[in-house]
Amino acid sequence: MADLRTNFIGLKSPNPFWLASAPPTDKAYNVIRAFEAGWGGVVWKTLGEDPPVVNVNGPRYGAIHGKDRQLLGLNNIELITDRPLDVNLQEIKQVKRDWPDRAMVVSLMVPCEEQNWINILKKVEDTGADGVELNFGCPHGMSERGMGSAVGQVPEYIEMVTRWCKQHTRMPVIVKLTPNITDIRKPAQAAHAGGADAVSLINTINSIVGVDLDAMAPSPTIDGKGAHGGYCGPAVKPIALNMVAEIARDPTTHGLPISGIGGVTTWRDAAEFMALGAGSVQVCTAAMTYGFKVVQDMIDGLSDWMDRSGYTSVDQFVGKAVPNCSDWQHLNLNYIAKAKIDQDLCIKCGRCHIACEDTSHQAITNLVNGVRHFEVIDEECVGCNLCVNVCPVENCITMEPMAAGSVDPRTKKTVDPNYANWTTHPNNPMAVTEAAE
Amino acid sequence: MTQQNAAPDVAAGRLSDEEYKKNFADLHPLLAPHEAMVEADRCYFCYDAPCTQACPTSIDIPQFIRQISTENPAGAAKTIFAENILGGMCARVCPTETLCEQVCVREEAEGKPVKIGQLQRYATDHFMETHETTPFTRKASTGKRIAVVGAGPAGLSCAHSLAVEGHDVDLFDARSKPGGLNEFGIAAYKSVDNFAAREVEFVLSIGGITLKTGKALGKDLNLADLRTQYDAVFLSIGLGGVNDLGLENEGKSGVLSAVDYISDLRQAEDLSALPVGKRIVVIGGGMTAVDIAVQSKLLGADDVTIAYRRGQGRMNASEYEQHLAQTNGVKIMSWVQPKAIAAENGHISAIELERTAEENGQLKGTGETVTLPADMIFKAVGQTLVSADLNGADSTVQIEKGRIVVDADRKTSLDDVWAGGDCVLGGEDLTVAAVEDGKIAAASIHRALSA
Repeated sequence: MADLRTNFIGLKSPNPFWLASAPPTDKAYNVIRAFEAGWGGVVWKTLGEDPPVVNVNGPRYGAIHGKDRQLLGLNNIELITDRPLDVNLQEIKQVKRDWPDRAMVVSLMVPCEEQNWINILKKVEDTGADGVELNFGCPHGMSERGMGSAVGQVPEYIEMVTRWCKQHTRMPVIVKLTPNITDIRKPAQAAHAGGADAVSLINTINSIVGVDLDAMAPSPTIDGKGAHGGYCGPAVKPIALNMVAEIARDPTTHGLPISGIGGVTTWRDAAEFMALGAGSVQVCTAAMTYGFKVVQDMIDGLSDWMDRSGYTSVDQFVGKAVPNCSDWQHLNLNYIAKAKIDQDLCIKCGRCHIACEDTSHQAITNLVNGVRHFEVIDEECVGCNLCVNVCPVENCITMEPMAAGSVDPRTKKTVDPNYANWTTHPNNPMAVTEAAE
Repeated sequence: MTQQNAAPDVAAGRLSDEEYKKNFADLHPLLAPHEAMVEADRCYFCYDAPCTQACPTSIDIPQFIRQISTENPAGAAKTIFAENILGGMCARVCPTETLCEQVCVREEAEGKPVKIGQLQRYATDHFMETHETTPFTRKASTGKRIAVVGAGPAGLSCAHSLAVEGHDVDLFDARSKPGGLNEFGIAAYKSVDNFAAREVEFVLSIGGITLKTGKALGKDLNLADLRTQYDAVFLSIGLGGVNDLGLENEGKSGVLSAVDYISDLRQAEDLSALPVGKRIVVIGGGMTAVDIAVQSKLLGADDVTIAYRRGQGRMNASEYEQHLAQTNGVKIMSWVQPKAIAAENGHISAIELERTAEENGQLKGTGETVTLPADMIFKAVGQTLVSADLNGADSTVQIEKGRIVVDADRKTSLDDVWAGGDCVLGGEDLTVAAVEDGKIAAASIHRALSA
């Protein structure tokens, strides 16, 4: 059994699965249930200053569903904790005392004044919590008051607040980033410059989850109106993975610890975030959809995968995929693959044919000698992978690399064994040419 | 002591009201909206879909299923009705397991086809519940008049298509009610809540169709007269005769035609008034045999046996229907043929069956017999065209193998007479095939009259 123990910037937890700062971590009651279920740590739902905020009394969540009501994406307009600060602090202190082996991080959001941060940091330190997470991410409500993503969208503010916090507390500081920016590297660099011990991302994405066509208002509606919320859940995972990778491979922030967040639903999702550099992962939507028990298979599945893959501890694979995250211009243009359809697995639905015929390269037959038959025409196939993606049968269509030295029937050119990319390609006006003359 | 079968045990009211209700409830109840969405999502929206190719009426199945999945069930129904105006009944009675669902790629992939029939019913039921009329608008009147003889599936389909084109149709039927086998045949649990009659009303809502019931060809109508009175004639007269077993005592009380009994059952207002035997033997191997066997079981018969002269795999009833019979407690006995019927005091008491075997493709009796006590024997050995109805001497409608000969356009040997449904040669004896006949004939008639 692999060792799942995690030491993330000094925060120790029995496994890398933490609950993200969100409704599941708003109260001792929930957090204790989570720890009982096996969660490795929590980021306590964001504390603010008294008097506490108020939430709307109508719907706070909206969702995107699959046909069988699978929850694919969740949208929320809930604010930070609406309970008095002292109540939260007392509960944090008690829970940490009762569960010393679990990571206890406290999320914070106060106005952008140094003294406000000094005050709250002192109070959190008194609870014995292991660390703090600066919530620079929430895209709704708090941002209208100059907090949350309003800070996270301005790298200078991030750096400033991070520096204050590092100055005024001994606790490790995690900066939670908003994805509602154009280049995630900038806020990450700012957090790094401010001395952050780690960044966590992504927070939720600005969203309108749908429009009620009868009420002619965004859904869910509150007395006829709707406001944008923050989007999360399985649907946002690809966006989050990219942002994590961007930070992991940026020369300035490379090596900066990352707590990965965004649609983690299974052990595999977690492993993917970790392969891209996340030292721990944070989960919310999966728990809100299925309850805390989901962590049990996250633990078991990750451990089983590690055993199968020969990893004995998590740090052996954290960041292992980062070196393979490249830029387009560095991809090998001499690598040539062709789609191949396994006729034994093919159920003859024809989706590959019509997708290729209507929208791509006319490289898949539908009839051969008058018989319904789907086969790749190598002379036309550019290896785009669309057929693989639309095929309903797993592994029925595969991309087969062509051997060096063989001739690509499409271009009639011999497959070159050497690596060559766009930077040196003759069609590139900016190509780096060797000084021949 | 053993009970002697001196008196036949044929009785009505064998069950409680609750049992009748339960036994004759909808075989496949309407899918709930969520069920329909989930099922529709299983459809892969195949290119040049095999299901559509397998459908005798070529309904664009992936398209209508997609429309269900996008919450557009009315659009789905329009897609169905565009090819098959009796899509509602076909959704209930089509042997989908040997048509669209047999070739569904999901059947190939996992042995579980998309429930196309049930989705079709979901769409068509929705439409008929929310709309007063068919989704078609009748074109300006052409002044042409067509006689459609027989208001079963073929006749209704033909009449509707012709009416859409602006022709005026007189739709005749020998019975007092239209619908043909949809109304008088078909197991009751496949078409509950008077659906057949409601569907006829729906079809007639197009306008331009005058229904004339109680008019039988050969009795009240004469083909020669129709040909002079109308611009075209479509014959969809079905098969009015029933094959006999050719045995002594066949005329005795207790030997019944399955078709007639099913008709009585379909029209019965009170099922508990319908007498049914305790021990029943059904002779035949088609859908009618299964329908009568299952329904007599559901009416409270104790012991029901289908006796079929060849192996079970050769039965015309689909595998699904055979399973339906067997799960309802009907025994299927194969390789037996009726040899003699025993009768006492004017009522039959038993049937003697002879074992059969096939030699060089020829079916032969082996001489070995088995006798089953029976209170009722149902004949379900096929129906015949009553060709005398086509007006004897005058008729030049070509008949072959007891069926009307038609070309690909469903035109008979007469220039102005078309035919379709069970009465034509080469038909499949399916509601959906009859609908297609009517549709093709109507298109051909329209072309002929527009020329």
